[in-house]
Amino acid sequence: MSSVAQKKGFGATLWDWLTTVDHKKIGILYFLGGGFFFVLGGIEAMLIRWQLHIPNNDFVSAGLFNDLITMHGTTMIFLAAMPILFGFMNAIMPLQIGARDVAFPFINSLGFWMFFFGGLFLNISWLFGEVPDAGWTSYASLSLASEGHGVDFYAIGLQIAGGGTLMAGINFLVTIINMRAPGMTYMRMPLFTWTTFVASAMILFAFPPLTVGLFFLTFDRMFGGNFFNHEMGGNTIIWEHIFWIFGHPEVYILILPAFGIFSEIFSIFSRKRLFGYPSMVFATVLIGFLGFMVWAHHMFTVGLGPTANAIFAVATMAIAVPTGVKIFNWLLTMWGGSIVVTTPMLYALGFIPSFVMGGVTGIMQGAAPLDYQLHDTYFIVAHFHYVIVGGVVLAILAATHLYWPKMFGTMLNETLGKVTFWFFFIGFHMTFLIQHWLGFWGMPRRVWTYMDGQGWNLANLISTVGAFLMAIGVIVLVYNAIVTSIKNVKVANDPWGDGRTLEWAIESPPIYYNFSATPLVRGLDSVWIEKMEGNESGLTPAEPIKDIHMPNGSIIPLLMSFGLFIAGFGAMFRTEESWGLPLLIFGLLWTFVSMAARSLQDDTGYYIKKEEILRDLKRKGGQN
Amino acid sequence: MDLNKKFTPETWPEHPERATLEAKNKFVGFWLFLGGETILFATLFATYVALKNSGPSGFGFSTQGLYELPLVFVMTMLLLTSSLTSVFAMYHLRNYNFKKMQLWLAVTAFLGLGFLMLEVYEFSHYVGLGFTFGNSAFSSAFYTLVGTHGFHVAVGLVWITLLIFRNAKRGLNLYNATKYYTFSLYWHFIDVVWVFIFTVVYLMGVVG
Repeated sequence: MSSVAQKKGFGATLWDWLTTVDHKKIGILYFLGGGFFFVLGGIEAMLIRWQLHIPNNDFVSAGLFNDLITMHGTTMIFLAAMPILFGFMNAIMPLQIGARDVAFPFINSLGFWMFFFGGLFLNISWLFGEVPDAGWTSYASLSLASEGHGVDFYAIGLQIAGGGTLMAGINFLVTIINMRAPGMTYMRMPLFTWTTFVASAMILFAFPPLTVGLFFLTFDRMFGGNFFNHEMGGNTIIWEHIFWIFGHPEVYILILPAFGIFSEIFSIFSRKRLFGYPSMVFATVLIGFLGFMVWAHHMFTVGLGPTANAIFAVATMAIAVPTGVKIFNWLLTMWGGSIVVTTPMLYALGFIPSFVMGGVTGIMQGAAPLDYQLHDTYFIVAHFHYVIVGGVVLAILAATHLYWPKMFGTMLNETLGKVTFWFFFIGFHMTFLIQHWLGFWGMPRRVWTYMDGQGWNLANLISTVGAFLMAIGVIVLVYNAIVTSIKNVKVANDPWGDGRTLEWAIESPPIYYNFSATPLVRGLDSVWIEKMEGNESGLTPAEPIKDIHMPNGSIIPLLMSFGLFIAGFGAMFRTEESWGLPLLIFGLLWTFVSMAARSLQDDTGYYIKKEEILRDLKRKGGQN
Repeated sequence: MDLNKKFTPETWPEHPERATLEAKNKFVGFWLFLGGETILFATLFATYVALKNSGPSGFGFSTQGLYELPLVFVMTMLLLTSSLTSVFAMYHLRNYNFKKMQLWLAVTAFLGLGFLMLEVYEFSHYVGLGFTFGNSAFSSAFYTLVGTHGFHVAVGLVWITLLIFRNAKRGLNLYNATKYYTFSLYWHFIDVVWVFIFTVVYLMGVVG
């Protein structure tokens, strides 16, 4: 009897997660989905490094190696780093601005499921044995020549996932514009919210070109288009332009939220107001703007001419200025602060030198003449891993420790967290520092194997050992997460003790409507101000407790995304299977009918009664 | 929100499309969405300009030989007029005159349908001449740019048809006012894009 009841409970729980529109749960879904793909991309990286650890290795075939590097890059950028950051944005940003949810809870859920099915679509290619193999950039001539359905999986999978990203971006923008609590002016917003805002604006303007580029690729490969086919008058450079008009802002979309996370960490664990807050905001916006002006620095060797190269070289170097402003502000935040070296702070301390190194090599490549030497060598690989791993991934790991209690209600073990950090940090520098020299010594990137006697053997071996140290770090983190989840020691509102922003003044994890009463914000670091003035709860309500309007859950986002997933297979097999076209039409109809169903039903949400909120408050002991 | 709350022209708010927080969210969100759409079309335009008149060796099609301005002029007039009628509809939305709003939106839809049918005619005419999607880079770029616009018109038509029939019996409220209003924003946006297509593709193709 009891087992039946439990099963029912499981079904209901599953249904709850599939239909949820709660930003905190969607945040966790993004985090877990992204975490899964992070591990997958990590395994691919391990296979790549194992293949390269000795010369003339044939651990994987040359074709499989191409699959691995393509899927490693694509997975890590689109399916791991961005979704995990979206997870934190979803889980934390609405709390930071004192909102009860995001602006479009339904679209939020739709964005997640589109990412999920897009990622699934991309990775199902492994089961078909036809995997994307034209690199994560999939330059057109190569990607058109790629046989089988590999690149089709890339084009359609990213199309679906990219649509979800665009929705998430608009959603975050509107949330921040419209749903800030009373008193939460733009210049009182925590830096993580600010960077979410700018990154979302960048998503809004960077993803449509990707959408168009992927459509061109899809048309050329599957529908007889000729955008990139030189023989038919097409131009392959168009893909490079479109891809990098998207691709360069994309790396800032990743790094800006990382900057936001570290700004929170430096401030919390130095127990000081962030130094130069207005200049930090300004630098964030400026980086967001300049990020759109530099795409052609990926194309110096294409032959755009010295004028274009010079302009883009100068624009590229200009980005060092706002970034430098940020670095000095972080250092000066710590200056004179009462620093506690917790795990998140350890990551933040490791981030500064690592990221600065990545930035400096970026400036080197920004000098067009030098880039002719560095282009397509391991120096490039070293550079972008220094900024992405040394910046974004360190931020993700730091935020995982920092926000774990807020998202899951329990702390990760600090000792294990530091073990993770040291393995990961040392492994990271061991893997990628030596790759700068490999580049100088002439090793090209994306090679399957290399000959003996070129002086690359030891460096590659060191690099591989480092990669495995990073893997150990991640394994310790996963172990840490499992063990602490099983122990599940509940924590209070502010487990770090020095929280400064609104999310630390409410329960961990927060109740589904977040705030019993919308808070009144009286300055930057609102909770810190309240506490300094003796208000132990950290919050001043802006309104009496009253009924709260909430959105209803819905299964439709999942159904809509699933329709696109089906349609993708139809498009791919249209020319070779008779069921291809019907399946394509069926999938699109499925999506459209789900969408129409959503549109025709009047879903205006429901109200939580004031009495229920008062009851919850009483149960929590009168806290927020 | 109470869907059955009855308004009079006096109690109807001045900006019904953003009278509630949900409505305000949709309003801002839709403007941002149109910002993204602008970039999408800008990319299509750039590609078209780069690939215009470009085809395999011995390629016979050119913008001068292909396009016929009289047809495009009629299409332009239809679409521009439909934008005007959607403004009339929004005028009646503001004044809480549901019947006239529905009427003008129906006119808008019919004008849009006329435009779309002419576009279908235009495309089938070109295909008949051998200017198919796969014919050349030029044809791919042309059909993708103009076709994406046409697809947007078709989506708008389905959208407004659903709105008109869904709300036919229950009139205006603060829930569907936003839907009507965002449709009109969308329709104006399509119109603006068409003005650029008319200029960059057709006028500059034939005259320039």
